[in-house]
Amino acid sequence: MRISRRILAGLATASLAVSVTSCGGGSDTSGSFDDTVTVGILHSLSGTMAISESTLVDTEKMAIAEINAAGGVTVGGKSYKIDYIVEDGASDWPTFAEKSKKLIDQDGVPVVFGGWTSASRKAMLPVYESKDAFLYYPIQYEAQECSNNIFYTGASPNQQSEPATDFMYKRSPAAGKPFFLVGSDYVFPRTSNTITKEQLKSLGGKVVGEDYLPLGNTEVAPIISKIKKALAPSGGGVIINTLNGDQNVAFFKQIQDAGITPSNGYYVMNYSIAEEEISTIGPEFLEGHYGAWNYMMSIDTPESKKFAADFKALYGSDRVVADPQESAYNMVYLWKQAVEDAGTFENSAVREALVGQTFDAPQGPVEVMPNHHLAQTVRIGLIKPEGGFEILEETDGVVFPQAWNQFEPSSKGYACDWTDPSKGERYKL
Amino acid sequence: MLLDSLFNGVAIGSVLLVAALGLAIVFGLMGVINLAHGELMMLGAYTTYVTQLIFKLPLLKTYYNAYVIVSIFFAFIVSGVVGILLEKTVIRKLYGSPLETLLATWGVSLILQQFVRSVPLAYGTGLVISLIIGLFLPSVFSSKLKESVNFKYVKFSSWIFAALAGVLSGNLISSSVSKLSRASARNVDVTAPAWMRGQVEILGTAFPKTRLMIIIITLISVIAITLFLNQSAWGMRIRAVTQNREMSDCLGISTEKVDIITFGIGSGLAGVAGVAVSLLGSVGPNVGGNYIVGCFMVVVLGGVGNLLGTIFASFGIGIMTDLIGAGRLLSIWPDMPLPLSNTINFFATTSMARVMIFALIVIFLQFKPTGLFPQKGRMVES
Repeated sequence: MRISRRILAGLATASLAVSVTSCGGGSDTSGSFDDTVTVGILHSLSGTMAISESTLVDTEKMAIAEINAAGGVTVGGKSYKIDYIVEDGASDWPTFAEKSKKLIDQDGVPVVFGGWTSASRKAMLPVYESKDAFLYYPIQYEAQECSNNIFYTGASPNQQSEPATDFMYKRSPAAGKPFFLVGSDYVFPRTSNTITKEQLKSLGGKVVGEDYLPLGNTEVAPIISKIKKALAPSGGGVIINTLNGDQNVAFFKQIQDAGITPSNGYYVMNYSIAEEEISTIGPEFLEGHYGAWNYMMSIDTPESKKFAADFKALYGSDRVVADPQESAYNMVYLWKQAVEDAGTFENSAVREALVGQTFDAPQGPVEVMPNHHLAQTVRIGLIKPEGGFEILEETDGVVFPQAWNQFEPSSKGYACDWTDPSKGERYKL
Repeated sequence: MLLDSLFNGVAIGSVLLVAALGLAIVFGLMGVINLAHGELMMLGAYTTYVTQLIFKLPLLKTYYNAYVIVSIFFAFIVSGVVGILLEKTVIRKLYGSPLETLLATWGVSLILQQFVRSVPLAYGTGLVISLIIGLFLPSVFSSKLKESVNFKYVKFSSWIFAALAGVLSGNLISSSVSKLSRASARNVDVTAPAWMRGQVEILGTAFPKTRLMIIIITLISVIAITLFLNQSAWGMRIRAVTQNREMSDCLGISTEKVDIITFGIGSGLAGVAGVAVSLLGSVGPNVGGNYIVGCFMVVVLGGVGNLLGTIFASFGIGIMTDLIGAGRLLSIWPDMPLPLSNTINFFATTSMARVMIFALIVIFLQFKPTGLFPQKGRMVES
């Protein structure tokens, strides 16, 4: 035990040294701050979601450290150092609401960066609306929601699934072939697939099957035989995959064994597999399939490379950055800019200043729209044999976000605009 | 078509069977409701992962292709030893009180889940190695030594030796395989060697190799356990104790030893199931929990205390899952009346197929509460 302790102690001191030196840049200027502002960070640090959400905490901390190193936030002529309180949502949705209350009432933070699952956002929403506080939410989601008190920096469906479906139907190697939809059995895949079905109807495409795997179940043999039965007559086709977490591992291992591979004409488009997931599932199973995101680590711009390099320098060379992390990074900077423009931390002024903010994000320029979502670039990537994406196409400039989906009959013709008091959450176009 | 369907059913069934086989012994023969059975499977799956990484070391790289076979034995030993420890420390005190056993083993399952989350796998492996040495070292000493007064000191020092060996091997693994030196709640992945990936073609139909491998593992396990129970001396003792514990005790069978061996074998089989399961999906702390309900379902449906019943039940459920879930009835009988085909279509999704199968089992058990092959004999009457 002694040896291991020594090694552990050595590791601990080494990592301490690293973190001290990396913070060194920030602490040099710390003497020159006039004041401190404390913000809230609220993600799951324990439970099922901890694996994903802790990467967001890391990224948000990095953005805050960068801002501090560059002189902090300047509001009304005074420079503020950003301090943060990290709370654990524990992968438990009521806990998210409870901790939000604590951060707003007890700690008096002007803003909370937090959440991942739609369930946690839905739990937090009433808290922020009743207290007129502000939540920044960084994940691509199913939309059909537009709150005055939430700022959504992830993709809405028309910034991810719709361009992806369009690509698969028109320009992929399986163009024109039928679609099969697979997902985990909960709200996001079902909503997303409803949208995809409506979209394919208007494109003239065909959905030949749809199946949902109950959460926790990894027996995909019946799904595989259904896929084969449905797609084999047309010599392959497109599979839209919205499976959750480790169900993906079972799915990809088994479809490869069953011969459902790109070389046989079957192409899978994934909405929840990013760089992190590619390395966990194993690129040998995913090679040749597709993904759609706003940010991909392989974007060849100085901003993107710097973002990835900074993250690796801070947290280890084996770490990767992915779309959700980029969204989390952007939202910290966008908040800083909005606060500086508003000249106050006060909510309604910041909210007004936020709309129209632009930022040179790692993915390219982004802009905050009146519906509290981000206009951003959409990219389609092919998964490479060594992991990561090869970017096949990206949109010319940004795609404007739609909070209310235009393919879904119940929300068609509606939009959201918080800058005009007569329009608000949902108005008819 | 028919062959394809049959194969799918057998493939699903063999996963159920290999997972339930250990439970059929522990729950069926001993009557212990072991809720930690799933976690013993999880340990087997993690053993596969550790073995895989160790076989990637330069020293063993040439034998990498064989690691799955080796890990079957390792998994059997690891889960078996943990099972024996569980029996010695917890379950032995609770024989005859099923409710307490249920709660205690559920607690153990939580402990084991948290253990793999928060202890680096290298040190976990070290701990298991020291347990194996500690439990088995005393049995190699000569019986003369065992009878001497100082044997307790010998036993004690053998445990110290075991602990040392465990710490050393833990450190060795942790320094040579960096992936195992940090604790992580993240799911890990077992990649089958190249010869086990892809398909083979038999009679014009392509079969996934991993599924075939699982069927083979299941077959070997079933044959081995049947031979052991019916042909070996210990198997006979186990059956004797199952049938009448008091009488066997009177006839000089060490029931304590029989309990340990039975439980150890049942747990070891859970480890083998873990290897099979790791080939299909990812390996994580919750992997066992996904299978435990299915295991109990199979054992209860088959009839408690009957291996043959377990086999029939698991293949039955497997074939039913495929028939309902993949909507095969429609392709067998394409022009059936509309209301019927609509109903079948409604149940032809994975979620609904599960609902349907549970419903069918509940109905079946209403008419035959003791399962497919009820146990006959003295134990039932008592």
